[in-house]
Amino acid sequence: MRSTTQTRWGLAIAGWAVALGMFFPILWMFLCSFKTEITAVATPPAVFFHPTLENYYAVLERADYLAFARNSIVVSLGSTLLALALAIPAAYSMAFFPTRRTRDILLWMLSTKMLPAVGVLVPIYLLWRDLGLLDTVFGLILIDSISVLPIVVWMLFSFFREVPGVILEASRMDGATQTEELIHVLLPLCTPGIAATSLLSIILCWNEAFWSLNLATVKAATLTAFTASFSEPEALFWAKLSAASTLSIAPILIFGWISQRQMVRGLSFGAVK
Amino acid sequence: MATVELRNVRKKFGAHEVIHGIDLLIEDHEFIAFVGPSGSGKSTLLRMIAGLEEVTEGEVLIDGSPAQDVPPSKRGLAMVFQSYALYPHMTVAENMSFSLRLAGVPKAEREQKVRDVARILEMEPLLERRPGQLSGGQLQRVAIGRAMVRQPKAFLLDEPLSNLDAALQGQMRLELVRLHRELNTTMIYVTHDQLEAMTMADRIVVLNEGKVEQLGSPLELYQHPATFFVAGFIGAPKMNFLDAEVKTASDQYLTLILTNGVCVAVPTPLEKLSAGEKIKLGVRAEHLTLEPEVAPGFSPAEGVLQGEIEALEHLGPRAYLHARLADGTSVVAQTDGDTQARIGDRVAFRLRSEATHLFNAAGMALARTGP
Repeated sequence: MRSTTQTRWGLAIAGWAVALGMFFPILWMFLCSFKTEITAVATPPAVFFHPTLENYYAVLERADYLAFARNSIVVSLGSTLLALALAIPAAYSMAFFPTRRTRDILLWMLSTKMLPAVGVLVPIYLLWRDLGLLDTVFGLILIDSISVLPIVVWMLFSFFREVPGVILEASRMDGATQTEELIHVLLPLCTPGIAATSLLSIILCWNEAFWSLNLATVKAATLTAFTASFSEPEALFWAKLSAASTLSIAPILIFGWISQRQMVRGLSFGAVK
Repeated sequence: MATVELRNVRKKFGAHEVIHGIDLLIEDHEFIAFVGPSGSGKSTLLRMIAGLEEVTEGEVLIDGSPAQDVPPSKRGLAMVFQSYALYPHMTVAENMSFSLRLAGVPKAEREQKVRDVARILEMEPLLERRPGQLSGGQLQRVAIGRAMVRQPKAFLLDEPLSNLDAALQGQMRLELVRLHRELNTTMIYVTHDQLEAMTMADRIVVLNEGKVEQLGSPLELYQHPATFFVAGFIGAPKMNFLDAEVKTASDQYLTLILTNGVCVAVPTPLEKLSAGEKIKLGVRAEHLTLEPEVAPGFSPAEGVLQGEIEALEHLGPRAYLHARLADGTSVVAQTDGDTQARIGDRVAFRLRSEATHLFNAAGMALARTGP
């Protein structure tokens, strides 16, 4: 009895420690955004201070937050939808009509994620320039959906594989065409999985910085560009940077908080019985 | 209502051929069973008729027209799967009406049809439940109902009862026979259980390693198995097989000598056999009768097998005695339910020679009457 109680306490403490360790930078950033520039960089760090909203006023005055936020929303939703539209048929075909090469294709798709993005920056930049996609929301949607596509295909593939093929065969016997089988049977059965995949994709696209900083400047700039614009080479304004960062991550954090039940349900999605 | 015809149908998975050229005509309104051990190709054959499996070679004709290139959704057949394969996200009513919804049948008509079928299958109270809330027997009913609602040309049933317990299996067997009579539709039933095939089907196709061993009515298969395989597969308990050698052959009787030295005279088959030829003698449990007494020093008479009882199965009205003969062969004999025999008893069985079956070395039955 004693040892199980001890283990439970030990695990609880370890769990809290890890959670706090992961959450601390965000908490500190959040606190810093309410400090003055001087208290923000004080050593030893100031834990108790007079909160102020001056950083937020300054940040919102300097940049059109809503324009950046709108771009972020459009880009992350748009790339997720595009990635799903491409990945659903791909994962369906690989899960239910596998060939000898299916595993290789899946590994190859994943291997593209092992290539550092900067390795293809120049060709992509030139292509986007020639296609007139630089600094356009569509250009960002395109590149973001391509970069999340392997993960989306992999996740959907593993969710689809949980669905017994015989259920799809039953729908074929019931007169369903392939499209009807997908819409009426497979997708409804995989709703939790598709929801989890979409949420993850939205989060990844929201936080994507490399391409949005390199392929967009003004019109299509997202919140990552908004945040980056507060980190200047000549002087770092910690408090203002913290305020900008807080504004950038707040929407996705709130969104993640609301949808966490869907996420957990989807990611631990068992067999369809 | 449909006939289904297979013409030299072959199926290969890669280089491996699993169905070796099958010809079969399934008549309209017929209840036909494909029976065979696992790996015999019975499910593959059914799936080829359904269109869920491509036909490598040969033709599948439904109502006389080639169907190989028709997708399953357009063949007008309904299938009941072993695992039921109901849509877990739909209610029973939605499961049943799904095919009608796809076909664009108006809602009121759909609901009427679902209610009609639910009434026949006595499952009206289940209509608003989901498959997850139903028992095995109820799921099976829904799966059959889903197939019935479409009024298909033919029903394909792939081991539909194998997930049910024995009592429910017996009940569902009767119910399927009743349904077949009421619906008067072609039914193709796949099973590994010869009892299901024997009790339900008009005709049985016995499959073994991708080939048809025999096609016939249940009684034909039981009384006149064409091959050693069919003889061993159809009937429970299994037919007894004894190794034998032809001693003498006359026009009327063949004298066989069994491995334990017992002589048996059986009616001569049509095929000529010569002395010294090795054959197999088959005899069913009900054709071995227990001899009343085995006195010490009893000498084996013609057609009498001696052995020791190893196991006893009491089934109430009858009992099965499993005995081991002197040469190590096991045999099973049927006797009265109130038999006084005990395990370990020495017993003798008389063989009803006119009811025996003879098989040559190639496993083919040696017939006694012309076809």
